[in-house]
Amino acid sequence: MAELLYQRDVYGKTLVELGKTNPNIVVMDADLSSSTRTGLFAKEFPQRFFNMGVAEQNMMATAAGLASCGKLVFVSTFAIFATGRAWDQVRNSICYNNFNVKIVATHAGVSVGPDGSSHQALEDIALMQVIPNMNIIVPCDGPQTRDALLAVSQVKGPCYIRLGRAKVPTVENKGEFKIGKAQVLTQGNDVAIVACGTMVNEALSAVSNLQTKGIKARLINMHTIKPLDKDVLLDAARSTKGIVVCEEHSTTGGLASSVDALLSEQHPTKVLRIGIKSRFGQSGEPEELFKEYNITAGDIEKAAQAIVSR
Amino acid sequence: MGYSDDKIKDLELKAMNIRRLIVRMLGKACSGHPGGSLSSTDLVTALFFEVLKHKPKEPTWPDRDRFHMSKGHCCPLWYAALAESGYFPQEKLFTLRQMGSMLQGHPDRRTPGVESASGSLGQGLSVSLGIALAARLDAKDYRVYCLMGDGEIQEGNVWEAAMAVSHYKCDNVCAILDYNGFQIDGKNSEVMGLEPVAAKWQAFGWHTIEIDGHDMRQILGAYDQAKSVKGKPTIIIARTVKGKGVSFMENVVGFHGCAPTPEQVDKALKELE
Repeated sequence: MAELLYQRDVYGKTLVELGKTNPNIVVMDADLSSSTRTGLFAKEFPQRFFNMGVAEQNMMATAAGLASCGKLVFVSTFAIFATGRAWDQVRNSICYNNFNVKIVATHAGVSVGPDGSSHQALEDIALMQVIPNMNIIVPCDGPQTRDALLAVSQVKGPCYIRLGRAKVPTVENKGEFKIGKAQVLTQGNDVAIVACGTMVNEALSAVSNLQTKGIKARLINMHTIKPLDKDVLLDAARSTKGIVVCEEHSTTGGLASSVDALLSEQHPTKVLRIGIKSRFGQSGEPEELFKEYNITAGDIEKAAQAIVSR
Repeated sequence: MGYSDDKIKDLELKAMNIRRLIVRMLGKACSGHPGGSLSSTDLVTALFFEVLKHKPKEPTWPDRDRFHMSKGHCCPLWYAALAESGYFPQEKLFTLRQMGSMLQGHPDRRTPGVESASGSLGQGLSVSLGIALAARLDAKDYRVYCLMGDGEIQEGNVWEAAMAVSHYKCDNVCAILDYNGFQIDGKNSEVMGLEPVAAKWQAFGWHTIEIDGHDMRQILGAYDQAKSVKGKPTIIIARTVKGKGVSFMENVVGFHGCAPTPEQVDKALKELE
């Protein structure tokens, strides 16, 4: 049984770790520091933590001001508020200036669960993806959350890191983490499965089920959505019968859209999308919601079979 | 605070010169925002040529005071003040709004001396708060000046920032409100009433100073007073005349975002002598 971790626990602890060696790090939150776990940093470094209250627009533009003076700023709130509520501030004050602000948003996707639609960001990747200068990372588990944080702290410029609310199983043997370089988790030439975040674990189950049916699937952990690893995708398109893209996000504007755009221009390939198809979320347990929105391992498996049997 | 008559006269002359540059730049560009640039000219001239600690030849001097023009559409004024201070050669001013120019239609970081873009209203006070907090973390005593428009304070973000600057007791922040009474669609009072302006800022925990924004002595006095206020931020609410200095632009809402024709430029320059 794989280890289960909250990505946000790892986030809070990693912030403290980074804060110890880098006095230039500043952290901000909008009254959700207990949920996002930035509270751990606040406790350790109260001078370098700013709670901005329930005012995300002000928080983002204030982060820009801090970054304009050379600070490395980590800003956190729920994904829905970070990207939707404060989009103009993220675009104009952070990204247009190319400031060193890392937006680490938690509670993305339907796996938020009982809180329901208002708190389930299914559009956040889309909203961030269209902004020039913005980089996007969706770590698949706890350890990868730490890897991503350490990596982005070494690179200047804005970044959006998307985390979930629920505990996620640790994915073993992922290999080295490099921004913009996807990880091929299983080898296979029948079909490729490209997944990010929580969907990587679903996809792993699908791959092992497919294996028992004699189908060899290549599983790609696309932890960086932007910049996209084009080489790994083009290679998958060339060597398999098609690609299943899996994300806990709208099928419009997220990972699938980027994969589609790349392949339709450079190597037209059958792409099936596992994600939320223009619907709002709702209350429920994560597993119930994954079933309701057809984003389970079983759904991935079916899509992969459909590609193989074309 | 004593300022000699010569000092006042010198600043008034500089302001006149900047108004002339604004009119010429906008005439050349054939688009842009004269009204609010001219109404803020005296406020910004006093800052750049008397108040700000800055080194135009060393724009990233760590101890510099910061100026941020949150009402980015009035950047012709900002650009003219920067050029006249020596940040870049004056001839660059006449590339305003042209393809490839370092002087964009709304400010961004390609202009020496502009540290953060603006243009989407309501964000500058938040940016200034970030700068003020950075000063605190770095134990620096520089000050942050943020120019806002009156229509701009209809943005909700402004009041989020007002609350936060006050909460963090940033007495190194000095906001300046160019209260000329007009916005694109007409008078503030008709579009979206702002009054009581001073009481609103006071209620948010700010020290307020109300002045005639074209009286150089009052302007300098206000900046001095703002520096002496401790434990809370200050806002200078400056009553101004939109299009100040050019008779046919004064209080004419049509000149909010409309450049003068070549004939109007000539006429305006005659008045600005």
